Amino acid sequence: MTATVDSPRISLPVTPAKHDAGIDYELFLDCVHCGLCTSACPTYLELGDENDGPRGRIYLMRAVTDGRIELDDAVKGHLDLCLDCRACESACPSGVQYAKLIEPFRIHMHKIGVKKEHLSWLQRMLLFNLTPYAGRMRLALAPARLAQWTGIDSLMTKLGMFNLLPSSLRQMHEMLPPLKAHYGSLPEVLPAEGPRRARVALFTGCAADAIFPETNYATAKVLQKNGCEVWIPRKQGCCGAPHYHSALEEPAKQFAQQNCDAFLPDGSPVDAIIVNAAGCGAMLKDYGHLFHGSPQEEKAALFAKKVKDINEFLIELGPIQPMHPLKLKATYHDACHLCHGQQIRKQPRQLLEMIPELQLTTLNESEICCGAAGSYNLTQPEMAERLGERKAKNVLDTNAEALFVSNFGCQIQLGRYLRDKKPSLTIAHPIDALWASYNGEKL
Amino acid sequence: MTSAATTATAPKLADRMRAIVGPTNVLASPSDLVVYECDGFTIEKNKPDVVVFPTSTEQIVAIVKACGELGVPFVPRGAGTSLAGGCLPIGGGVMIALTRMKRILEVNYRDRYAIIEPGVVNLWLTNHIKPNGYHFAPDPSSQGACTIGGNVATNSGGPHTLKYGVTVNHVLGVELVLPDGRVVQTGGPHEDNPGYDLTGVIVGSEGTFGVATKAWVRITRNPEAYRTLLGVFESVDDATNTISEIIGAGIIPGALELLDSLILQAVEAAFRFGFPLDAGAVLIMEVDGLDAGLDQDAERIVEIAKRNNAREVRRANTEAERLLLWKSRKQAFGAVGRLAPSYCTQDGVVPRTKLPEILRFIRAVGTKYNIRIANVFHAGDGNIHPILLFDERDADQVKRVLGASHEILDECIRLGGSVTGEHGIGVEKIDFMPKLFSPEDLAMMVRLRSAFNPENRCSPQKMLPTAGACIEQSKAGRHAAM
Ligand SMILES: Cc1cc2nc3c(=O)[nH]c(=O)nc-3n(C[C@H](O)[C@H](O)[C@H](O)COP(=O)(O)OP(=O)(O)OC[C@H]3O[C@@H](n4cnc5c(N)ncnc54)[C@H](O)[C@@H]3O)c2cc1C
Ligand code: SF4
Ligand code: SF4
Repeated sequence: MTATVDSPRISLPVTPAKHDAGIDYELFLDCVHCGLCTSACPTYLELGDENDGPRGRIYLMRAVTDGRIELDDAVKGHLDLCLDCRACESACPSGVQYAKLIEPFRIHMHKIGVKKEHLSWLQRMLLFNLTPYAGRMRLALAPARLAQWTGIDSLMTKLGMFNLLPSSLRQMHEMLPPLKAHYGSLPEVLPAEGPRRARVALFTGCAADAIFPETNYATAKVLQKNGCEVWIPRKQGCCGAPHYHSALEEPAKQFAQQNCDAFLPDGSPVDAIIVNAAGCGAMLKDYGHLFHGSPQEEKAALFAKKVKDINEFLIELGPIQPMHPLKLKATYHDACHLCHGQQIRKQPRQLLEMIPELQLTTLNESEICCGAAGSYNLTQPEMAERLGERKAKNVLDTNAEALFVSNFGCQIQLGRYLRDKKPSLTIAHPIDALWASYNGEKL
Repeated sequence: MTSAATTATAPKLADRMRAIVGPTNVLASPSDLVVYECDGFTIEKNKPDVVVFPTSTEQIVAIVKACGELGVPFVPRGAGTSLAGGCLPIGGGVMIALTRMKRILEVNYRDRYAIIEPGVVNLWLTNHIKPNGYHFAPDPSSQGACTIGGNVATNSGGPHTLKYGVTVNHVLGVELVLPDGRVVQTGGPHEDNPGYDLTGVIVGSEGTFGVATKAWVRITRNPEAYRTLLGVFESVDDATNTISEIIGAGIIPGALELLDSLILQAVEAAFRFGFPLDAGAVLIMEVDGLDAGLDQDAERIVEIAKRNNAREVRRANTEAERLLLWKSRKQAFGAVGRLAPSYCTQDGVVPRTKLPEILRFIRAVGTKYNIRIANVFHAGDGNIHPILLFDERDADQVKRVLGASHEILDECIRLGGSVTGEHGIGVEKIDFMPKLFSPEDLAMMVRLRSAFNPENRCSPQKMLPTAGACIEQSKAGRHAAM
């Protein structure tokens, strides 16, 4: 044959790496640049800029690693705008492990002194010193609870008094959903109802427990009802996600260590460690990876193996049929850390569909991030708002009376963008609905 | 040829663009431009001087006029999934990214058309009209990402074009901004406009005529029912013989797709459909239409497959199974990332009866060049997609891949076929044009292009070879690949 090309028109040098972010270079090569992930990415959907899509972000990280471009503010901006939602991983047929690229890369950016994000000292205080501690968080929210119940809260809103607060606090105040009474504290052990089918430990979380205590209560009760002995380890702590996603690896590891010790004491193994918040669950399931190559890896991996999302666990166990009807038109939003992070999509829908008279309708773009993404709504308020509004529109289009989501972060964000638009809309965790249907209570 | 912007003109160019579309719709910093140096075809790369994101036809008019004044080229870009380097900004200049023009302007179910902006993603339109029982028929495998503007430019096809036709059969009209800034509309909501069929000429012009800013597209009613079958064969030959016989028997399947054993490995790793990994090839065979009669067609297909030594024929029993089967097929290209760091897909066409021959040839070429080649393709219309696996960091492998690709495409021509079924010529296949067409044919095409794009300012050096093309293409200003 003729026509063979004597020399390719371009050379393909392997440039010496300038930045070593500790990324396994092969992971870059999994990306074949097909672009199939682009329209799955919330920030690309909003902006249409290749730099703000997964293919572009991978390209940027690789170009920086290869020393082709500087790690300047523009590049950093595109990487910081990423939500860590991992929709790209679900979309990518090539199996690109995007999180394993961006996470070490961010930690590297942090190490070489590129400031991660613009959190004010107040936000940092709240995020890293208050929310990760369940007790402190509950105390801190006590005045808010009181203010909401007494009506002082709405009075202050009317009088514009919240405008006197620093903007970051005001933002946090706006995010706060109506708070229900805290259940107080659950006993350390709840016995199984009927014959014991499993012995599980419940991860109650920190911020989640303070803001939506009813979901932890419902989770414990539903598990009990399904024949599980529920143990709530007292020494548990934050999952470490807020720190880890802010490139603060050390504190994240300390929390992980604390949890491994609390949940895996010698001699009393549990069948599963149950978590009802998708964000915490994804982090807990990643503990093995967090301690990769260190002596703690084995125990952390064992811990991770036992972690189950409540929806996932119940479907595997075979849930008992709920009896009381909840006559509702409902829809379900896929929390990123559940559908992309843990590939759990069917189970919560299956649980909801078991409830008599609950009619589940499809939510358009259900797998597109709502903009909550951990502390994202503090660090990237503009994009968080665009995505919040986008989600709100899709929810309103369904005409649903109830919106279910398995993650407290999304629950806060969705409430913020839907509360005023549709005050009658119930926003809750699927387990809240299941418990209501078991118990004959109103949701 | 217009000259590229120089370091002196580039900032001025960016300022002009900012004045037209506003600063948030312009990219000009070196780090922002790097991701725009290539599309789905990564073998050649070059950065544009500026990327603009217009939001209206008027802005595009102003952009191309400014390019004319400043003497710089421009190139339209949709989602950048082109596999032929259609978006490569040769000579730099302005890249017009249409991703912010993404409105579905109108859907008319009674007259069965939709008016869309070019940045609408193919699948968005289908999702939008699905509740009413309609879809947009051209279904390229990249449909979840590629834009309809890109489909129009490349005349995209997909698995179901065997029965439903390619993009040109579904475009009723186009609004096009010509490189001199004039706006023309060809066709419109009605069928059969008098005069020349300019829409037919624009569809498939690969961005070399101007920027499509609006399209009137046909929407198609969903078939009442499907029967989707998976035939498992010991050899590729048995599978290709089955294809010829099915069509010979007068059955028009909605789709007929072949996957060979290498691609099956990748797809199975990605989607866990349950493909048999020891099979020589599988065929996805789908018939659709009115429910009555479909079972009969399906049975005849099973019979033909069995006669050609099919090990088994499975049936997708639920819609979920059917969708997973199609997902596995449609994302097969991407899944090859699991087999090798880089791949290069070829897009040849041969007469259907020559399929066994060309596949044997491909195997031989793979051995000769020591390159692994996977096959997945639209078997029904003889459109092959050999995927050559390599590592782009290894210059010798790149050379071998290019050599092997050229041999395969030459063989397609020899067998009476062509070098592209649907991905287009772009920059990748430009050297083949003189082999496919006589100098008179090519001169006619150049004259046609000149009617739209006389100065060749819009997407220069694509599709049609210029005299001395190779020399021009390797001139300074072209950046090395990463
Ligand atoms: C994994 C994978 C699978 C694929 N499968 C198929 C397949 O089955 N069938 C198929 O046909 N193709 C396929 N392709 C190729 C590609 O997806 C199609 O050619 C698609 O139509 C390109 O759309 P795009 O929006 O990405 O266009 P781009 O890649 O952005 O552009 C493609 C060409 O169109 C021009 N263009 C884009 N928008 C406009 C506009 N508004 N006006 C004028 N010119 C414009 C560009 O200049 C360029 O020349 C596949 C690609 C990949 C990566
Ligand atoms: S991340 Fe995956 S889907 Fe996205 S471009 Fe790379 S290979 Fe394709
Ligand atoms: S993690 Fe989410 S936001 Fe980030 S690139 Fe992937 S899809 Fe986009």
